Amino acid sequence: MSPKARTAPVPAATDPAIIRNFCIIAHIDHGKSTLADRMLQLTGVVEPRDMKAQYLDRMDIERERGITIKSQAVRIPWEVDGTAYCLNMIDTPGHVDFTYEVSRSLAACEGAILLVDAAQGIEAQTLANLYLAMENNLTIIPVLNKIDLPAAQPEKYAAELANLIGGKPEDVLKVSGKTGMGVEELLDQIVRELPAPVGNPDAPARAMIFDSVYDTYRGVVTYVRVVDGKLSPREKIQMMSTRATHELLEIGVSSPEPVPSKGLGVGEVGYLITGVKDVRQSKVGDTVTTFLKPAAESLGGYQDAKPMVFSGLYPLDGTDYPVLRDALEKLMLNDAALVYEPETSAALGFGFRVGFLGLLHLEITRERLEREYKLDLISTAPNVEYEVTLEDKKVIQVTNPSEYPTGKIAEVREPMVAATILAPNEFVGAIMELCQSRRGIMGGMDYLSEDRVEIRYRLPLAEIVFDFFDILKSKTRGYGSLDWKADGEQVADLVKVDIMLQGEQVDAFSAITHRDKAYAYGVMMTGKLRELIPRQQFEVPIQAAIGARIIARENIRAIRKDVLAKCYGGDISRKRKLLEKQKEGKKRMKMVGRVEVPQEAFIAALSSDDTSKDKSKK
Amino acid sequence: MTPPSTLPLGDPAPADGLLPAQAADGAAGRRFSLYAHIPFCAVRCGYCDFNTYTATELGGGASQAAYAATAVKEITFAARALDLSGVPARPMGTVFFGGGTPTLLPAGDLTAILAAAVDQWGLAADAEVTTEANPDSVTADSLRELADGGFTRVSFGMQSAVPHVLKVLDRTHNPQRVPQAVAWAREAGLNVSVDLIYGTPGESMADWETSVRAALSYEPDHISAYSLIVEEGTKLAAQIRRGQVPDIDDDDHAAKYELADALFAEAGLHWYEVSNWARTPADACRHNLAYWRGDDWWGVGPGAHSHVGGVRWWNVKHPTAYAGRLEQGLSPAAGRETLDPATRDVERIMLGSRLAEGLAVETLTPAGRAAVAGLIAAELVDPRAAFAGTLVLTLKGRLLGDAVTRALLD
Ligand SMILES: Nc1nc2c(ncn2[C@@H]2O[C@H](COP(=O)(O)OP(=O)(O)OP(=O)(O)O)[C@@H](O)[C@H]2O)c(=O)[nH]1
Ligand SMILES: C[S@@+](CC[C@H](N)C(=O)[O-])C[C@H]1O[C@@H](n2cnc3c(N)ncnc32)[C@H](O)[C@@H]1O
Ligand code: SF4
Ligand SMILES: [Mg+2]
Repeated sequence: MSPKARTAPVPAATDPAIIRNFCIIAHIDHGKSTLADRMLQLTGVVEPRDMKAQYLDRMDIERERGITIKSQAVRIPWEVDGTAYCLNMIDTPGHVDFTYEVSRSLAACEGAILLVDAAQGIEAQTLANLYLAMENNLTIIPVLNKIDLPAAQPEKYAAELANLIGGKPEDVLKVSGKTGMGVEELLDQIVRELPAPVGNPDAPARAMIFDSVYDTYRGVVTYVRVVDGKLSPREKIQMMSTRATHELLEIGVSSPEPVPSKGLGVGEVGYLITGVKDVRQSKVGDTVTTFLKPAAESLGGYQDAKPMVFSGLYPLDGTDYPVLRDALEKLMLNDAALVYEPETSAALGFGFRVGFLGLLHLEITRERLEREYKLDLISTAPNVEYEVTLEDKKVIQVTNPSEYPTGKIAEVREPMVAATILAPNEFVGAIMELCQSRRGIMGGMDYLSEDRVEIRYRLPLAEIVFDFFDILKSKTRGYGSLDWKADGEQVADLVKVDIMLQGEQVDAFSAITHRDKAYAYGVMMTGKLRELIPRQQFEVPIQAAIGARIIARENIRAIRKDVLAKCYGGDISRKRKLLEKQKEGKKRMKMVGRVEVPQEAFIAALSSDDTSKDKSKK
Repeated sequence: MTPPSTLPLGDPAPADGLLPAQAADGAAGRRFSLYAHIPFCAVRCGYCDFNTYTATELGGGASQAAYAATAVKEITFAARALDLSGVPARPMGTVFFGGGTPTLLPAGDLTAILAAAVDQWGLAADAEVTTEANPDSVTADSLRELADGGFTRVSFGMQSAVPHVLKVLDRTHNPQRVPQAVAWAREAGLNVSVDLIYGTPGESMADWETSVRAALSYEPDHISAYSLIVEEGTKLAAQIRRGQVPDIDDDDHAAKYELADALFAEAGLHWYEVSNWARTPADACRHNLAYWRGDDWWGVGPGAHSHVGGVRWWNVKHPTAYAGRLEQGLSPAAGRETLDPATRDVERIMLGSRLAEGLAVETLTPAGRAAVAGLIAAELVDPRAAFAGTLVLTLKGRLLGDAVTRALLD
């Protein structure tokens, strides 16, 4: 048994040979953050009285939902055979929307702990994250977690893991993040098995930015991993992509609270504060060097996170538009994956078209805007980005259905994904049926073990981002898991479906769909609206159309009675209050032509069940 | 007519029953009415939300026998409180006994309550004195006794002439009883009204026509016809929620209203309020008009509402609590609201627009006046009356009366 380190190695004076940089990667909910808790505790960096579950999930939204959204790097000491080592541990998110966070973290490490829930086995994001780790040439330590669970099957899944990575089942470590069992052995093994970082201490400094976060008090905090040379306080640093220089106001390590240091040397992970206000000036993937002795060549960067789904965000109350604008600006400081631009909707007024990594990202962003900035928002039906080529060869990127060109279209291309689905083999038929109905092309199928298969499909992004995962879960009785990544695009037979109320087009309800699904969308939306829009004093036809062709229609009959039959002495106060309530209600109406549409109707019509909270965990 | 059983939220009412100063302003020039609530019924009808109790519901607490004496106590209290508040005593222009089932009490109790009020305030020469009555709770003798004691008018809860409809409504009377009761009332010299309910689950258009024609065949002076309201918390609401009884339907209500209005008009009864029709203008229920015109009235009884000069208040609901308050010489009021001029104007438009006599267009706000053209275009307001300066609802407008009110108050 290893004691916790008596003297922790000091930053800027730590021999790379005693540094181990690793991240914890896993499928969502397999227990990364809980394992990280035990490490914080065992190494003594968090006092027992300060300990709380998923200590590193610090955002309110992370704590409420019980998921990690942002990676967190922590420097922890650990002693093996009398030598105090310095470990940099990074807890990563498991949800597919935040895969880009994982890839950034991997670039700061030499090793990865591949954690697998011993009651669930390997799942889709286990494979995806393992693949990313191998691409980064990381040393992988497979670990089974939650062995305290009665439903755990450590033997079975150790065999599955060994089969996947190579090695022997008995070499797979078994731990419980909950009880702490096996965690000390795991720390020892990290020290023994993971390679120490290598770099040239005398070369010009080069540090890789793997995260950049805006903090109201400290400004932008930039997280780096030093590869060569050394960074010191009050030095002038330079961003290699832009050649912009900044004064280094503070440099330090997170342990897990920020601790200023005398600098950072080869292999070390820590943070920099320069006083810049925008994370974009301290871009993830960029290389930091010093102004006086700049490096010649930057480290390889990462690709920018690319938005995958787009939705219009509108304040319910039009006068809140400036608040929404400022709020988005602030959120963007912290979330390099967020992109937006202003747009106007005839039905909803002024708002923004915002690009997200996926539906969870959308939902979380929306929730933060509503909560932290006290906004009431309508978000339009999410859609993917299309590339439309006109007959005159002009190419237009369409992220908002109402901008879909009406003129002569030569070709429309839609984004595609490579999807990996893992499930018990009895569900293969159901999964294939589902993927085929979503225009998927099968890529291949492998058995991970006797009864578990990995199925690969190429699918249009638009077919999987919305309700696909929920349907997959229900078709596989909860056992199926899904991972996907962007995989080019394809030409497709797409059309724009418009929705009209009393002949008046409502841009917020327009959608781009595959031609075969246009009718279903039209029927669904007109039906929903018929239920949601109250009867008016006149008849209101609701139509769905492709161009001038009507593909579905519903009718809201005129209201014939709207009067309280009895109104006597005792009813007067009650009736007056009812009237006042109705008048309040009228303020929340949006006018579409002469039709009064309650804002709730917009919200309900535009929300699909898959954006509801309880289903957000994937 | 009677207060709904849920009381509004308002300000606390003082125990001495004194009114804010605004109640006395100009009171000498205003009319005064009395409402007396009788909170007892033989059985509770499944649709009914009124503040009324059967003997079993009361469980022996507040006794029916002692009720008249309690009501008289409130009358004495009322006269004193008005006097101390600077509101001059005015003879009662109208009196209305509502329920519950007032005629469940002996006729002598009702006339005693009336007599106590007359003692306090006097009765106008041409006063209208009405009681509500269930058809099976009256006899020729009891009606004569009421007439002798000063009553001028009786309003029978007929509801329907069709047995299966009466059954859904939980009404216990035999439909044959209604013409009988009407005839007795006439013999006693009383003016007669009947109440009808339309749109009961399971009522066909033909059923409704049968009821309307039956009511007309008794040649009443006045008819009230209400679309069935499904009040929260009633047995009917629960039956509908559980799917045991089909839900009511606004379109069905509209069609039945149109049918009734046509048949009433053909028989010489004309609408003077959205749900009320009278043979001649003199047959209109003046007590109800007092409510709609914003007159002063004191409401006696548990849960009863009152209004004096823009002050509205309502009594505690339960008969036992009510009697207890009066026993201690305290005001039985549970809460009240003092309306500011703007709110009084909202009420004036809300209530006045329901009347055939209409609202003077010049009394509307500029925004309300601007809405009139649109209401004419939508065929909700009579154009000719509007040209002459009065806003009067069309038939379509009566059915969409609340929408008209909202438009006028925008
Ligand atoms: N019984 C048991 N439960 C565990 C163990 N480790 C984690 N859990 C539970 O599993 C759930 C998920 O744990 P987290 O640590 O948040 O999982 P995660 O992998 O960080 O999740 P994401 O960051 O959202 O991907 C929580 O309810 C934990 O309490 C364990 O060893 N045993
Ligand atoms: C206080 S009630 C009762 C009078 C008497 N107890 C009776 O039922 O005949 C007065 C009238 O209100 C009407 N009414 C009561 N509840 C109603 C409801 N839920 N919907 C429509 N009208 C109702 C009935 O027409 C009833 O005759
Ligand atoms: S008899 Fe009249 S007051 Fe009594 S419960 Fe029936 S409807 Fe209501
Ligand atoms: Mg986590």
